[in-house]
Amino acid sequence: MKKYFSFFKMRLMAGLQYRAAALAGLSTQFVWGGMEILLYRALWSAHPERFPMGVEALAAYIWLQQAFLTFFALWQWESELADAVRTGAVAYELTRPMDLYGMWFARALALRLSRGLLRSVPVLLLGAAVPAPWGLRLRVSPAVFGLFLVSSVLMLTVVCAFIMLVYALTFFLEDSRGIMMLGAPLADLLGGGIVPLPFLPAGLRRVAELSPFGSMQNVPLRIFGGDIAGAEIARAMGLQVFWAAALIAAGYAVMRAGLRRVCVAGG
Amino acid sequence: MIEMRGVSKTYRVRRREAGLGNAVKSLFSRSYTEIPALRDMTFTVPDGQIVGYIGPNGAGKSTTVKILSGILRPDCGECRVNGLVPWEDRKRHVARLGVVFGQRSQLWWDVPVADSMELLRDIYRVPEGRFRENKERLTELLDLGDLLRTPARMLSLGQRMRCEIAAALLHSPEVLFLDEPTIGLDAVSKLKVREFILEQNRLCGTTVILTTHDMQDVEALCSRVLLIGRGRLLLDGTTAQIRAMAGENLSTEESVADLYRRFGI
Repeated sequence: MKKYFSFFKMRLMAGLQYRAAALAGLSTQFVWGGMEILLYRALWSAHPERFPMGVEALAAYIWLQQAFLTFFALWQWESELADAVRTGAVAYELTRPMDLYGMWFARALALRLSRGLLRSVPVLLLGAAVPAPWGLRLRVSPAVFGLFLVSSVLMLTVVCAFIMLVYALTFFLEDSRGIMMLGAPLADLLGGGIVPLPFLPAGLRRVAELSPFGSMQNVPLRIFGGDIAGAEIARAMGLQVFWAAALIAAGYAVMRAGLRRVCVAGG
Repeated sequence: MIEMRGVSKTYRVRRREAGLGNAVKSLFSRSYTEIPALRDMTFTVPDGQIVGYIGPNGAGKSTTVKILSGILRPDCGECRVNGLVPWEDRKRHVARLGVVFGQRSQLWWDVPVADSMELLRDIYRVPEGRFRENKERLTELLDLGDLLRTPARMLSLGQRMRCEIAAALLHSPEVLFLDEPTIGLDAVSKLKVREFILEQNRLCGTTVILTTHDMQDVEALCSRVLLIGRGRLLLDGTTAQIRAMAGENLSTEESVADLYRRFGI
């Protein structure tokens, strides 16, 4: 376990170096969140009765989404790993007495946390300073907060397992950027990145909630704002566990098959 | 002890002629060529030997190193390194192995070299005492000093290569594979690296397989030379023998070129 933690620490240290990136991300996220709030406020004032989410739940969703964006943004991924497969640098990784899946999973997770941890706090504080009902209400019951935490851990597992599956597919393709270019917008739509899932038409919403993308940011963000409760939470978290297990199993199997046919050319 | 018996490996490479017309044609029918990288390779290296593994470009040197490191699985043949089959027992095998690929980097690009070393310590589970001892010895012998506090991306090639070699030896491996370790190094760094490899071999009895194009590396380091070409083992002997086989008054470099010509490779 210690070696996985060391990987994690390493990535964190590397991530902490990019101060300018953190600052730029911070301001982008705050401005973006503010613009979204203005947009939804305009929608809401036109037809308050047709709004599919509570205003406070929506505000919580938006501010948390902006604060923790790097945790679940699928369009941010460690090109280093896919590049390692494409260029053959994976050769070195294979001379380590470690399981490649575990090693890369730790790296993918660490990348997300290291990018997000620094910039999340200021965005949360700024979001909380926005007047009610469009600000982030930080006072939630301990039970809801606990469920939010557990579901966030599951969310990170699902996200990293999905990314790992894409990395593993690189062993069979010449380049995985294509999958990412096609997959990222789709994931953003079905995951509730563009609009929260309750704003989607009923049929599409059902598909989105059942898809692996619906087991990502959708669950913890809606738990925190109180948009889902009770049995709905249980069902959503059950689905998260299912997708985490299924994606890990798939990624593992693809990677094993890929390593069997690996062929590192040149030098 | 490293043993290879009857190992063969063939790559399948897609080929086409240059030009747009041929590119369009290859959309519909692709032609592949089978490239035999290793053919019936057999040799044994006893513990504590430094072996030079030489041959022209594309001879199969790197393929051999990759098979011995457990990265590639050969099509047929047997191979054991200290009793383990590299690609089947990969994790246990590589724990006792150090590798330097001169063309690639194992150091973490953005952080100081010392951080990479600590990561390697954890990956190989090197006890703290031994780690500190090895690190101090390597720092002194390879003259690393301040380099350890520098991010890998800021190092020059020669500085980085010295750090790479140090990184490969932190866990006191029994076997060391060096794939072109002196590529691009200046004279001083080259001498330092050579001196160090000899020292490591003398003190720790490390078995070393060195692939290189630099004949001076071979002469300075290796008691034995394996010459391969087109995937076959052509000669197994000493540098003196290679030189003796070639004509009079030729440098080692020339005599090897002469040998390549003679074997038609």
